[in-house]
Amino acid sequence: MAKYVIKRLLLMIPTLFGAAILVFLLMRAIPGDICYLRMAGGGASVDLDVVRQCRVDLGLDRPLWVQFWDFISGFLVGDFGKSMWTGQPIFHEVALRFELSLQIAIMATAVSILIAIPLGTISAVKQDTWVDYAVRTFSIAGIAVPSFWLGILIILGILITSKAWFGQSWMPPITYRPIWVDPWYNLSMLIWPALATGYRYSAVATRMTRSAVLEVLREDYVRTARAKGVFETLVIRRHALRNALLPVITVIGIEFAFLMGGLVVTEQVFNLNGIGKLFVESVENHDYNMTQSLVMLVVAIFALMNFLVDIFYAWLDPRIRYVR
Amino acid sequence: MTTAEDFSVAERMPARASRLSAALRFARKNMLGAAGALVVVIMILMAIFAPVVTSYDPTANDFGVMLEAPSNEYILGTDQYGRDLFSRIVYGARTALLVGFLSAFIGATVGLVLGVASAYFGGTFDLIFQRFMDVLMAFPLIILALAVVSIGDALPIGDTFKVILAITIPFIPRCARIVRSSALAIREIPYIDAARACGFGHARIILRHMVPNVMAPYLIIFTASVGQAILIEASLSYLGLGVQEPTPAWGLMLRGGAEEYAESAPWVAIFPGLAITLAVFGFNLFGDSVRDALDPKLRQL
Repeated sequence: MAKYVIKRLLLMIPTLFGAAILVFLLMRAIPGDICYLRMAGGGASVDLDVVRQCRVDLGLDRPLWVQFWDFISGFLVGDFGKSMWTGQPIFHEVALRFELSLQIAIMATAVSILIAIPLGTISAVKQDTWVDYAVRTFSIAGIAVPSFWLGILIILGILITSKAWFGQSWMPPITYRPIWVDPWYNLSMLIWPALATGYRYSAVATRMTRSAVLEVLREDYVRTARAKGVFETLVIRRHALRNALLPVITVIGIEFAFLMGGLVVTEQVFNLNGIGKLFVESVENHDYNMTQSLVMLVVAIFALMNFLVDIFYAWLDPRIRYVR
Repeated sequence: MTTAEDFSVAERMPARASRLSAALRFARKNMLGAAGALVVVIMILMAIFAPVVTSYDPTANDFGVMLEAPSNEYILGTDQYGRDLFSRIVYGARTALLVGFLSAFIGATVGLVLGVASAYFGGTFDLIFQRFMDVLMAFPLIILALAVVSIGDALPIGDTFKVILAITIPFIPRCARIVRSSALAIREIPYIDAARACGFGHARIILRHMVPNVMAPYLIIFTASVGQAILIEASLSYLGLGVQEPTPAWGLMLRGGAEEYAESAPWVAIFPGLAITLAVFGFNLFGDSVRDALDPKLRQL
């Protein structure tokens, strides 16, 4: 097992290194740079001397490989550098926004589990009845509905219901407060984006639960349990669902990894200042340092989640350790 | 003299009829898939006959009729510039289909060739290629698309094609990976060895002997990707990174006006979103039934 863990851990290195090269080159392939952009924003005429000085200050005049080495070596010792746009340390800029995005991602995952497992199980147990069709339609719709549109509809729904019930429109708060400071305020702000994203991500997990439960229900031990007169609810809860959960957990784990990079649209709709928004801003501002750090953060989370899922699998099923 | 021709026509006739009845049988057995196919067909017809179906120019502003509610004159109402929403949605189908089909097709095809080549050559090439695909998979999709769009600014291509390029690139590794796993099994089948023994070149073996045998996963990925591509196009346009005004595109219609006037003019927010949902829903249902018909094992896709 230890050998497998080490091997799997080492496999993360090329992914991270590759992502570092890719983002480094991609950013520099975008025409224009931050210095030019900054000057052009201020006035009509661009003073080329100022632009040149700015490039020297930010180290953009150095050869590419020196810049790349700077980026990689900084990362290895945990120094993420400063944002080229604001001049603030990146760690500081990212920390608070990351907290917000991470909370939405966790809440969205919770929402998708709460939707997927009960619905998927019911759908499998009542296979080929109207319940099954309804659940399947609901979950296929989840993949089809754009999360930004769902977000707009949720906001519209909140506006209309609050007006009808309380006489005046209520909108979720916009400024972020951590959950341990003001839990009620925090939740009333973040539950909506979590619902919009969670529904979308529940779709795949629901289908996975359904097919996993269907498979397990055909197993001999389920038949045995039924034959010895165990109540049907117990058969499903203890015998079927427990054994079916493994692939579901995998899917949810992998989706969580995708979620961290996929919050851009949701944050836009709900006007949240998370890492998704920071991402778009940093690419548009040509803030190389910031984009590089954010990409590495998201890719690292992705690689780590995949690693954990694989380890979890190998731990449960010893055969995997030897195959790969 | 004409016998050969007559014969071939006569031979083709019953084949076509049985294909039609096979399609009908498939539709009866597969209600959801048929519903999806219906949506797809309606959407394609809508895109082709857009000027016939609509009576307003989708890009013409008319400040006399801003934010009109749906009425006989404007079936789905108007937006904040007085543009007819129905016309914009119908013409938007053109953008969605163009982007959806082209990016799914290019992404799946490039992925097909790369995936098969990777499986065929194996060894170091396969290993390096797989690591590269890992990197692309881990890279956040929207950010990759955003970077590609920004790089595309320097290229002499239109906005729509920039978006297609941006959606295509993240699709490639997803397709390549699935095709590769099917191709790995085919590589072990003796006819590949036989082809090699005949002295055929690599390109010929890949294109003539391997590619035709992974058509099932290829078609499955292609149909599944169209809906996804439409959705990503809508997201990019919504973020202002995709198709630009005044081109009618569904995602773009939800940008700006839709949120601002959500309360007073909900139709601006509701109908374009409904169009996206229906289109993606239709393509997904259709794709699912194609998958079930071709290879039910790939259900997890």
